[in-house]
Amino acid sequence: MVAALALVPAACGRDDSGSGGGGGGAAADPGITKTSVKLGGSYPFSGPASAYGTIGEGAKAYFKFINAKGGVNGRKINFITLDDGYEPPKALQNARRLVQQDKVFAMFNTLGTPNNLAIWDFLNQQKVPQLYVATGASDWGKDIKAHPYTIGWQPNYVTEAKVYAEYLKKEKPNAKVAVLYQNDGFGKDPLGGLKDGISGTGIKIVKAEPYNVTDPTVAAQVGRLARSGADTFLSITTPKFAAQGLATVAKSGWKPLQILNNVGADKNLVLKPVGLENAKGVISTSYFKDPQDPQWADDAAMKEYKAAMKQYAPKADPEDAFNMYGWTAATTMAKALEQMKKPTRAALMDAVRNMTLEQGTLLPGEKIETSPDDGYPLEAMQIIKFDGQNWKLQGDLIQAKAQ
Amino acid sequence: MSGLLTSPWARRVGLAALLAVAIALPFFFGPYRVSQLTLVLIYAIAVLGLNLLVGYSGQISLGHGAFFCIGAYTGAILLDRTAIPHLLTVPAAGLVCFAAGLALGLPALRLRGLYLALVTLALAIATPVLIKRFDGLTGGSQGLTVDQPAPPSWSGLADDQNLYFIALIAAVPMFWFATGVVRRGSGRALIAMRDNETASRTMGVNLATFKTRAFGLSAAYAGIAGALFTFANGFVAPESFTLTVSFAFLAAIVIGGLATVAGAVFGAFFIVFVPVWTSDIDEALSGVIYGATLIACMYVFRGGVMGVLRSAWAWSTKGRNEDEVAEVAVAGDGRRAGAGAGGVRS
Repeated sequence: MVAALALVPAACGRDDSGSGGGGGGAAADPGITKTSVKLGGSYPFSGPASAYGTIGEGAKAYFKFINAKGGVNGRKINFITLDDGYEPPKALQNARRLVQQDKVFAMFNTLGTPNNLAIWDFLNQQKVPQLYVATGASDWGKDIKAHPYTIGWQPNYVTEAKVYAEYLKKEKPNAKVAVLYQNDGFGKDPLGGLKDGISGTGIKIVKAEPYNVTDPTVAAQVGRLARSGADTFLSITTPKFAAQGLATVAKSGWKPLQILNNVGADKNLVLKPVGLENAKGVISTSYFKDPQDPQWADDAAMKEYKAAMKQYAPKADPEDAFNMYGWTAATTMAKALEQMKKPTRAALMDAVRNMTLEQGTLLPGEKIETSPDDGYPLEAMQIIKFDGQNWKLQGDLIQAKAQ
Repeated sequence: MSGLLTSPWARRVGLAALLAVAIALPFFFGPYRVSQLTLVLIYAIAVLGLNLLVGYSGQISLGHGAFFCIGAYTGAILLDRTAIPHLLTVPAAGLVCFAAGLALGLPALRLRGLYLALVTLALAIATPVLIKRFDGLTGGSQGLTVDQPAPPSWSGLADDQNLYFIALIAAVPMFWFATGVVRRGSGRALIAMRDNETASRTMGVNLATFKTRAFGLSAAYAGIAGALFTFANGFVAPESFTLTVSFAFLAAIVIGGLATVAGAVFGAFFIVFVPVWTSDIDEALSGVIYGATLIACMYVFRGGVMGVLRSAWAWSTKGRNEDEVAEVAVAGDGRRAGAGAGGVRS
C-alpha cells in the first residue's frame, strides 16, 4: 500500500500531450501537416440504423476523389470512420479515440442526434471542430456561444416545416391541416415550426396526432385525422410510418393534399411498397440532386459523382440518396479546408462560420451560407411533387430561417 | 482469486500489489486509454453483480442492461433536477435498483430457466421504451446531459484520471463485499440452491428470501455501475441501453468465469477492448470477428479466464496442496451447474 502511494506523486507528471488541442495556438494543432489532414467520424455501420452508414461511404468516396486530384491545398484528406452501432456511449468512446489517440484535426459528419449530443460537450471542451453533423435537429445552430465548435449541415426540421407553411400560404391559403408527428424532438420541432410559420394566416391546424416509434401502426391516428375534416395531411414521419400513413390514406375515402417530410420521402423505401399510383400528387421537399431522378442524368456534377462512386466505392449503390448526401457534405468539408487561412482548428472554424458556397450536387440556387451569427448552413428547400413515376421539382427554392 | 494464493498473507500482498497497479495505471496511459479502463471498472461492477445472480444463485437474467439503465437514469435525473452532490447519486441508484431487483425477484420465485430468462428479456426491451414515454422526466429520445464530476482542485488530476479513481473507489468495496457474500454461509446457500433446490430447502435454506435477495443485490450492483456510467459519459439516452448491453454483460460473465468474483474484471476487459480490436481488423466484419472470438474463447477457456488460471495453478501445484485441488474441483462443479442454469431444470 505504502509503495503504491509513493508511486503517485512520482508518476503524476504523465506525458499528457493527448489532451486535445488545448488553446488552439497558431503553431501546431494536431492532425494537420503540409501534406495531410486527418478527419474523424462515427457512423452506425452496424445495428438498427445501419442503413444510414452508407453516408460515410459517400463521404469517403469524395475524399478519395479529391485526393486523387492532389488533395486540398496540397493536403491529402485522411478520413477515419468508426462504427458506433447508433449507441451514444460508443460514439463518445469513438470521439475520444479519434481526438486523443488518432489525433484528428476535426470531426466531420458524425451521424445521429443523440450521438452528436453525447459528444458535443467533449469536443467543445477539447476545442475540436464538430463539423456538418448528419442530423436535422435544430440544436446545432441554436446557441453558437455555448458550442462554438459545432455546426450542422442539412436544412433542419424546423426550416423544412416553415417551407411547407410558405407553400401552403401560396397554394392553399385556407388549408385545414391535420398533422401526424413522431412523439419526440424529431416530430415536435417541426410541429412548432409549422405553427410559427402559419401564425396570422388563414391556415389552421385542425388536429395533430402523435405516434410513438414503438407503435406497431399509425392507422388509428390517421383514421382520427381523416375524420377531422381536414383537407391537408402533413406527415412528419420516419420511413416505416410514412409508408403506413400513405397506405391508410389510400384505403380510406379521404383525399387530402398530402405532404410528406423529406426523411420519409424516399421513393424506393416508402413509395414503392405502398404503390407508386397511391403516392401521386404527394408533396415533399428536397435540397440536393436526387441520383434516382432522370432529369439529372446528363448533369455534369451528377456524372462526376456517379463515375467517382463507381471507381472509389464500388460496393455502394450510387442511386442511394444517402451516398449523395455524404458526397455533398464532404464537398462542403473540403471547401472549408480550402478556405482555412491557417492550419489551425480556430482558423477552420473561422472559415466554416463565414461561408457562401454553391455546389454542383446541391439543387440549382441552393447555397451554403453561414455567418458568425447564423449557424445553419443550408436554409432553403424546394418543393417536389410526385407525378406517379418520379419526384418533380416545383417552383423556386423557398428560404426559411429556423430562428 | 482465492484459488491462486496459498495463504492469507500471500493473498494480502497479492491484493495490495494489484491495487497498487490499479492506482498507478492512469498515470501511465493517455486519456483515451484511461477512459477505456474506467469503463472496464464500471462494467466489472455490473458483471460481478450479474455473476452473483447467474453464476452463484443459478437464476438467469437476460435483462441486466435494464438495471444498468435504471441506475444511469436515476443518477442523471437526480443530477438534472436536484443539487445533490455527484457521489451521492451512486448509492441512490444502488437503492433504487435494489428495490427494482427485489420486485423482479418475486416472479423469479415461480419461474425458472427459460421462462425467467424471457421475463428479464422483456424488462430489458421495455425499459428504454418507457424512458422515451416519460420524456418530461427523462428527456425522452433527446436524452439528458449532466455535468461530470470535476476533480478536486488539490489533486492535480485530469478529468479522465478523476473519473477513473471514482470508479476504482466504488469498485474496491463492491468486490470486497461480493467476496464476503460468496465466502460466507449466504454464498454456500446460493450455490446449494443453484445445484439442488429441494436438497437446499431440506438443509434449511429459505428459497424465497435468497432468490429475491440475490436479485436485489445483483440489480443494485448494476445500478451502481449505471450511475458511474452516467459520470463517465456526462450524457444518457435511451439508445445507450439497447439489448446489446445485457448480452455483453452475459458474455462477460461467461468469458470471465461463471461463479467467480475476479472473473468479472477479465470479462469487462473483454467487452470493452475486444470489440475495438475486431473493428480495427475489419469494420464491416467486426461483428462476425467478435462472435468468432467469443466462440473461440469458449472452446479454449471452458471455464472462462478464471477456469484457465485455476487449472494452471492446480497443475503447477499438483499433489502439493490437497486443499487447493479440492477447491478447484468445487469451482469446476460450479461451472458445470452454472452453465446448466440456462436450461430448464425442474
